[in-house]
Amino acid sequence: MNPVSQGAFAAALLDRGDAVPAGLAGRNGAADPLRLAVYRNNVRVGLARALAARFPVTARLVGDAFFRLMADAYVDDRRPASPLLAAYGDDFPDHVAGFPAAAGLAYLADTARLEAAVSRAYHAADAAPLGLADLAGLAGPELGLARLTPHPAAFLIRSAHPVGSIWRTHQKETVTAPDWRPETVLVVRPDLDVGVHLLPAADAGFAAALLDGTPLGSAAEAALAADPDFDFGRALTGLTTLGAFARAVIPGENDDQ
Amino acid sequence: MTRSTLALALAGSLGAALAASAAAAGPLPAEKMVGMEKCYGISLAGQNDCAAGPGTTCAGTSTVDYQKNAWKAVPAGTCETMNVDGHKGMLQPM
Amino acid sequence: MIETASLPARAGLGFKPQHAAAILGDRPDIGFFEVHAENYMGAGGPPHRMLAALGALYPISLHGVGLSIGGEGPLDAAHLARLRALVERSRPASFSEHLAWSTHDGAFLNDLLPLPYTPATLDRVVHHVDTVQQTLGRPMLIENPSTYLVFSESTIAEVDFLAAIAARTGCGLLLDVNNVMVSAVNHRLDPFLYLDRFPVEHVGEIHLAGYDETVDGAGDRLLIDAHGTPVAADVFALYRHALGRTGPVATLIEWDNAVPDFPTLHAEARRVDAALDAERARRNAALRVGVAA
Repeated sequence: MNPVSQGAFAAALLDRGDAVPAGLAGRNGAADPLRLAVYRNNVRVGLARALAARFPVTARLVGDAFFRLMADAYVDDRRPASPLLAAYGDDFPDHVAGFPAAAGLAYLADTARLEAAVSRAYHAADAAPLGLADLAGLAGPELGLARLTPHPAAFLIRSAHPVGSIWRTHQKETVTAPDWRPETVLVVRPDLDVGVHLLPAADAGFAAALLDGTPLGSAAEAALAADPDFDFGRALTGLTTLGAFARAVIPGENDDQ
Repeated sequence: MTRSTLALALAGSLGAALAASAAAAGPLPAEKMVGMEKCYGISLAGQNDCAAGPGTTCAGTSTVDYQKNAWKAVPAGTCETMNVDGHKGMLQPM
Repeated sequence: MIETASLPARAGLGFKPQHAAAILGDRPDIGFFEVHAENYMGAGGPPHRMLAALGALYPISLHGVGLSIGGEGPLDAAHLARLRALVERSRPASFSEHLAWSTHDGAFLNDLLPLPYTPATLDRVVHHVDTVQQTLGRPMLIENPSTYLVFSESTIAEVDFLAAIAARTGCGLLLDVNNVMVSAVNHRLDPFLYLDRFPVEHVGEIHLAGYDETVDGAGDRLLIDAHGTPVAADVFALYRHALGRTGPVATLIEWDNAVPDFPTLHAEARRVDAALDAERARRNAALRVGVAA
């Protein structure tokens, strides 16, 4: 009776040919390949659409047909690891970076990284962000030793390209060319709305260091060494106000607050 | 700079920034307070809702629709607009 | 904790975030809203808030699309845990899933895939339904699928397969009338006969949707469960026939592709509420005739 294992069925769905496993039947015996193609197409189109929904700016930059090519190639390599499609494509930016036909668009992968961060921020755990009052409580001799825990929805994208400006112009109907310069973008969601913020260039390394868990003192020293005009207080209160951190931890104190 | 000088400098800098924010009447927009550009506040209402329903919600057509020639494809979207004076954003011919 | 709530015998609609303002602001008279469970399983954020706000106003039907109840392998424990947390958080009036599989070897294939109907696959599905119901501490509904192919190894008719699942697990059934039409046309079966054999005593919800139509390689009609158009006239006629057997029961309009504006969906819901009212009137009239006689 030719049992069809789900492994064989799954393999047939992902195959680019049109072979139908023996054991699948239609009305008059052997199954029509077009009928298996309904399932095949559901899988392919559904996954490609999930990526297009998560990476709309990337798709707009290259056009739907080209995006579909990149998505199809990604689907060949990667199937979702869980039924939560919102998480599908976490490493799609790396796939874009290695996609030969997109090699001329150096900024495309970083744009996709920003989009991945925006959707991760949207679905991230809710948490009250660290506030300025919490910072005031740190202003003692231990200030330099304090570390800040990143907010669950905070992501930093450092790019050699103006990815924040590219992303922003694509939120509108009419797209304009940005000033071409490196940009560092902080993605946050302190409450309901996802915020996408360009950081001043002098604060970029400092923000990255803090989000990596570097103590305030070491992060400030490095930032000052790179730029003597770096303003520690303004950068720290600024990042805090945007919602970059969840809490402050001073070594030796109870980490549980 | 010694450790203690640094600590003093940091505390002073933070204190000044906090005082500046406290002196302001009511909360200022983030970009004014810190010299950051608030890029865009967005509310992603429909994020990926359609995509979660297999087959039933995102059914395709019955026709298999594979695109081919991935190596020869040329991006044809707004990337043309990103071209700026020969910068890295330019679309390079393959 | 056993939840005993059930959906009202009214028309319900799929909740789409783009309609959130229209629904949460205007509070239209809709019997219930259904959401796809997997869209609300992220760690937090706006989806959680929207579902909580919706649940404060309407009964919620939680409809899973990713449990892979018909899978050869064991259920995904992590996914089951997420589902349990979601059920505890959202307290839905109903939880339903599909007689289908979607995950194989750790890969989620994003479609509702068919399974052969044999004693062995029945045992497996029964075991999975038992596991879900034990995990959630409440009964679930299992939905009949749309299929485009059949398996030569199948030995059990789909209605008998579903009846056996319900009898052995105590679960209810979700009768998708559009799926009945799609499968019946695709396999040249009589959809009315299917309904007449369906174990209606277990039906806790009905689904309605629009289908796409094409032909297969042999030129035979091929219907596709597409959820992108109004309910077709033949499906609505089949629905009225189904109501004659089930009686008034919660009925969802599924419209998930090319989603129209909310007033269009609301009009579809009114059409369903009218059919439910007609069935009530028909039953009351029959009762009066019976009392008079």
